[in-house]
Amino acid sequence: MKRRKFLRSSLGAGVAAGAMMSFGRYEKLLGGKPLPSGANYDLVAVMGGEPAAMFDLGIQAMGGMGTFVSKGQKVLIKPNIGWDVVPDKGANTNPALVRRVIEHCLRAGAKEVYIFDNTCDNWVKCYKNSGIEQAAKDAGAKMVPGGSESYYQEVTIPNGKKLTKTKVHELVLSSDVFINVPVLKHHSSARMTGALKNMMGVVWDRGYWHRNDLNQCIADYTLFDKKPALNIMDAYNVMMRNGPRGVSVGDLSNMKSLMISTDWVAIDAAGAKMMGKEPSSIEHIALAAAMGAGKMDLSSMNIHRMKM
Amino acid sequence: MRSSALRHIRTVFSVLVLLIFVYLFIDYRGTLGENAFGPILYLQFAPSLLKFIIAGVAASTGFIVIIILTLITGRTYCSFLCPLGILQDLFSRMGGMIKRRFRRYGFKKPYTWLRYFILVLTAGILLLGGVYVLTILDPYSIFGRFMTYFAQPVVLLINNLLASLLGKFDIYSLYRIDIVAYELAAYFIPVAFLFLVGLLAFRYGRLYCNTVCPVGTFLGLLSKLSIFRIRFEEDKCTRCGRCAMACKSSCIDFLNKHIDVSRCVNCFNCLDSCSENAMSYGPVRLGRSTQREDTDPSRRNFITGSLLLLTGATQLAHAQDDPPVPTKDSTVREDRLYPVSPPGSVSIESYISRCTACSLCIIACPTKVLQPSVSEYGFASIMQPRMDFHRGFCNYDCNRCTDVCPTGAIMPLMIEAKKLTQIGKAVFIKENCIVHTEKTACGACSEHCPTKACHMVPYEGNLLIPEVKDEICIGCGACEYACPTKPYKAIFVDGNPTHEAALKPEAVELEATPEDFPF
Repeated sequence: MKRRKFLRSSLGAGVAAGAMMSFGRYEKLLGGKPLPSGANYDLVAVMGGEPAAMFDLGIQAMGGMGTFVSKGQKVLIKPNIGWDVVPDKGANTNPALVRRVIEHCLRAGAKEVYIFDNTCDNWVKCYKNSGIEQAAKDAGAKMVPGGSESYYQEVTIPNGKKLTKTKVHELVLSSDVFINVPVLKHHSSARMTGALKNMMGVVWDRGYWHRNDLNQCIADYTLFDKKPALNIMDAYNVMMRNGPRGVSVGDLSNMKSLMISTDWVAIDAAGAKMMGKEPSSIEHIALAAAMGAGKMDLSSMNIHRMKM
Repeated sequence: MRSSALRHIRTVFSVLVLLIFVYLFIDYRGTLGENAFGPILYLQFAPSLLKFIIAGVAASTGFIVIIILTLITGRTYCSFLCPLGILQDLFSRMGGMIKRRFRRYGFKKPYTWLRYFILVLTAGILLLGGVYVLTILDPYSIFGRFMTYFAQPVVLLINNLLASLLGKFDIYSLYRIDIVAYELAAYFIPVAFLFLVGLLAFRYGRLYCNTVCPVGTFLGLLSKLSIFRIRFEEDKCTRCGRCAMACKSSCIDFLNKHIDVSRCVNCFNCLDSCSENAMSYGPVRLGRSTQREDTDPSRRNFITGSLLLLTGATQLAHAQDDPPVPTKDSTVREDRLYPVSPPGSVSIESYISRCTACSLCIIACPTKVLQPSVSEYGFASIMQPRMDFHRGFCNYDCNRCTDVCPTGAIMPLMIEAKKLTQIGKAVFIKENCIVHTEKTACGACSEHCPTKACHMVPYEGNLLIPEVKDEICIGCGACEYACPTKPYKAIFVDGNPTHEAALKPEAVELEATPEDFPF
């Protein structure tokens, strides 16, 4: 109990400090016009801090986690836990970030917070070695298994071009709020993986996507009802090549960045820019934008940039 | 010692041993530490003997302990340590519960010719450097297969029911696991033996151990020299025959007051059955009872000869062998020239001559890439596990199978060495590839590749297509597993008949970091 208390109080202090900083340096926050989702900005980008501290600052600018999570709600957080590697390799979402996101959700009054991913490597090993299982446990979330087909239920994708039905994890359907927490990485087939590509971890049969025009399927999935209320992109250690698994730490660029957005196309476009790529050159981003899943043109957006 | 104490000790001890071995094979969550396997498996006779043949006395002495134990106490191994023997006692007990008649054994003549023929056959093939008959007949391995093929699915079923139940209450400490059957043909031997061993035990006690089991026959020979034995107290015996009825080995000829010590498995049921205290277990007495035992010099020679040959001489025989070429099987998809043997097995040739197919590695493998073979290594090597990349792939950071193997067929391999052990090479079939046939992006193979031996190169338009760098490929099969094409994969791993060293992927300089947002 003591630890939780400590965490809560330090979290509070962090948020307060972050808020003071942002009020001091970013007057725009006060005058930010409300967006349809209730968020303050189209996109919030933070650079220069540790993952947890950057998130404290970023979510505060976005309007606080209370904007997205209400009291008593069941929250599903979907990080990328695809690979059986340690956090330093940058192949999975940073566990410190996942932990902080959970803490914010619980603070906002979430009844339960669930974490899961349909991993590429053996899921038991991925959960453990990514550090995310421990982070979830420490923060008070439930780590849910995803390694059996029986956890997945078939849903239809209305108007999908190539993907018309797919099996998604039951938690996607049963949770009230869905928060997408991808890690930004190079990807050998999709060229980049971020918020849109992260959805391949909530479905059972990824092979179908690969067989049937991968980029179109990724874009098609955005038509599914249950969309993330919030996307949080970990760009702390960004894998610039040999992705999505990575070969060595030499593949990483220590960008120390974090993006938050309700628009998953916009956040991926920002991720592409971070990696030095044009968003339109990433086929699934361009397709998703064309289908109206979000905006790809960052120049017309209300973006809040912060440096720590 | 008399009375029921010995029998009770045997019962308690054997139940504990059985529980440990059952746990070993149903430990689907991998809770046992890597150091647990060595001590548990140390005393299993056939695996220990094989490991000794391969790696020498430093690696394996368990079978020597068993030989000494047998020379002193008789076939204690068969009742106290052999998991298959203990399992048979359980079957016999069940048989006895169903029909009282099944509980009464009585003296029977041994199938001498058959048991020694099987022993000679097993030992002979072992001397030639093969393990074929032992693979099928090693009692520990038979037990292992029973657990792997029959007990594990039941355990998973119970686990899944509990997991579903707990899941309803939002508890996820247990998780559901898809139960996937092995290749159908792989069930033939385990099912056949379940019937053979099970039915014999159900009705005839330890008949299997005293007729088929080569380990039982071998230890039976040794026990003819044992110091401690069951014996009659001549003056007390009333020839009531209860002991013979209670004897699971059917080896007590009470009319002649003779016990066939080669078949006695030291279960001590007879001691308990005798109301006159006319039977006891103790050092053999000089006098009539030993003289009556007709010492057969040829048998003695056989024992010493086997002992010698099974140790040093085999190594010589083995070294002089020409490596047998693994069977090229045209029915294998994707034109695989060689099957893929697990890391640490060094070469297919050495692997198939050492593995008794106990299937412990199949159970221990977290990715289920290890599957029983049918004809991939040749039919003589049926059941020996192979890497099946259609069902799983070898986790880059895992060497679990090298920790558990009791025979040394899979030798210990440190994780860093394992990451550079090339068990096969990926072969790309462009004609099958989605990128080529559908002109859409895929690259699932390259995604999964831990070394990026399989990497993407520019293809038509904006597309990328895989290409393989042999020298850094370790043959883990992640590419083959991930490849979504059906029924034939567009990339597959062809086994290395002898495992090779892969080069380390080239190290690269750390990326520069941006100072500001590029948007």
